[in-house]
Amino acid sequence: MTERVIQVDALARVEGEGALYVRLNGREIEKVEFRIFEPPRFFEAFLRGRDAHETPDITSRICGICPIAYIMSACQSIERAMGVTVSPEIEDLRRLIYCGEWIQSHTLHAVLLHAPDFLGLHDAIQIAQSNPDLVKKALRLKKIGNSVMECIGGRAVHPVNTRVGGFFRAPDLTAVRALIKELDWGAQAARELALHFAGFDFPDDEYDYHFVSLIHPDRYPITEGRIGSSRGLDIAVEDFNAHFHEDHVAHSTALHGHMRDGSSYLVGPLARYANNFDRLTPGCQATAREAGLGPVVRNPFKSILVRLIEVQYACEEAARLARAYVPPDPPFVPTKARAGEGHACTEAPRGICYHSYRVDADGRIAQAQIVPPTSQNQPQIEADLARVVADNLDLSDKDLKWRCEQTIRNYDPCISCSTHFLKLTVDRV
Amino acid sequence: MSDGAGNTPLIVGIGNRFRRDDGVGPWVAETLKEAGHETHVHAGDGTALLDLFAAHGDIILVDATRSGAAPGDLIRLDAGAEPLHADMFHYSTHRFGLAEAVETARALDLLPERLRVYGIEGKDFGAGIGLSDCVERTARELVRELALVPANDA
Repeated sequence: MTERVIQVDALARVEGEGALYVRLNGREIEKVEFRIFEPPRFFEAFLRGRDAHETPDITSRICGICPIAYIMSACQSIERAMGVTVSPEIEDLRRLIYCGEWIQSHTLHAVLLHAPDFLGLHDAIQIAQSNPDLVKKALRLKKIGNSVMECIGGRAVHPVNTRVGGFFRAPDLTAVRALIKELDWGAQAARELALHFAGFDFPDDEYDYHFVSLIHPDRYPITEGRIGSSRGLDIAVEDFNAHFHEDHVAHSTALHGHMRDGSSYLVGPLARYANNFDRLTPGCQATAREAGLGPVVRNPFKSILVRLIEVQYACEEAARLARAYVPPDPPFVPTKARAGEGHACTEAPRGICYHSYRVDADGRIAQAQIVPPTSQNQPQIEADLARVVADNLDLSDKDLKWRCEQTIRNYDPCISCSTHFLKLTVDRV
Repeated sequence: MSDGAGNTPLIVGIGNRFRRDDGVGPWVAETLKEAGHETHVHAGDGTALLDLFAAHGDIILVDATRSGAAPGDLIRLDAGAEPLHADMFHYSTHRFGLAEAVETARALDLLPERLRVYGIEGKDFGAGIGLSDCVERTARELVRELALVPANDA
């Protein structure tokens, strides 16, 4: 028997600290572990006893890349616990700032962090050296997302203008309208990037994923909807725990999400796209078709294309919302402390982000539950790795390691979020 | 002004003040701001640094390092003259941090006219506020140095 170990001690181009360990005995895979060793941060525990209104600002600190996901899921949960309904104008403004987060997060990952895998390059610096116009386009596109977040939220990282009930102040109409021109450019730029990247040499890999995402009858889901799946699940957000659960495993400080029957599932761009293709704009659907994609994409390596189509969507949607913007008056709905329980789920760039809070009569958090997307995807990431390793046993250790890292980056894993990752080891016994 | 034709550099503190010594950059920037200097505290991924590079001709970046040097050690780099190594700096979000931003800017010919980097070796990057004693000592020395030297000659 020949033992073979593939190990990456600190995965690059992902957020947070984690590792990968693969041990092979001849051609048999003995172990595949996506190890997360980012320290656990105990957010759910230290929220207890805090004023419920602090929850969005505290949970936004879970991640500097996707704070809006935490803010929005937290706000909606607390509002439901307190029996508050916000105005359509506030809902639209929330969708607009969320589009900004999708634009900046997806662009950073797809072009600057994931594309090097397909170009045989080490990092974005090498792309900048070989194709400066590509990187300049990506930087301008990412900046549009940041600008949307700054305009609505006061700043791009950990926005300060959001609150339970809405916004501290309504953004200025002129400032919001000023975003439109760049957003229109951004939609076209994202389309061009998707069509450019469609020419990559994608690994031949397909899997019949169980796609789980928000679903909505009218809109591509971002801030609202029921939880649905490619296998017929269609549930209210508050029933999340009846169908999903999280387990602790020894090799990860992040919990692993499973269906109640123990099976894995996938959240994120591929799931949203598969479950809601009809709700994409005609322009985005056209880009998908021209990029060679059908309404369901089962090749995880093509998630890079779906991310860029979602950037196009987010730019188009943000421009639409900016054109229709009416400053909400009042900018927030006042809340009164009362005992209650609230659940909410929104679509973070990496997939559904579920929050649940129980609030006591004084308006303090009695119990909190936060389920980020990377936790939910961990078992599926390990399943993908096992499949990719099995299909590529004849690759050299160096090439196999590269392919494994690329497989993990298909998910744009956010390890800081999930711990509330990466070291790669492949053992060939 | 800190445009290339101006007199004082923009001092940018990089890091997370809630991760102990990673907050040394913001600590230096905020201390110098109180003394009237033009400063900026940068958090988040490194791409936004490129926007600063486009807007200012003379920039000083202050960041924590994790290079294996003795805690509190200060390094001075002229980023216009020498490349930065990503392994040196602790700060990184999705692995696009200070070094990636500077080197990407270099490849795109977007570096400011003058770009200096000061790195202070951290000791404790755990959760929490406050700097280690040795890091704070060096940070105070750096503040004195940056506050006293003539403009455009830090």
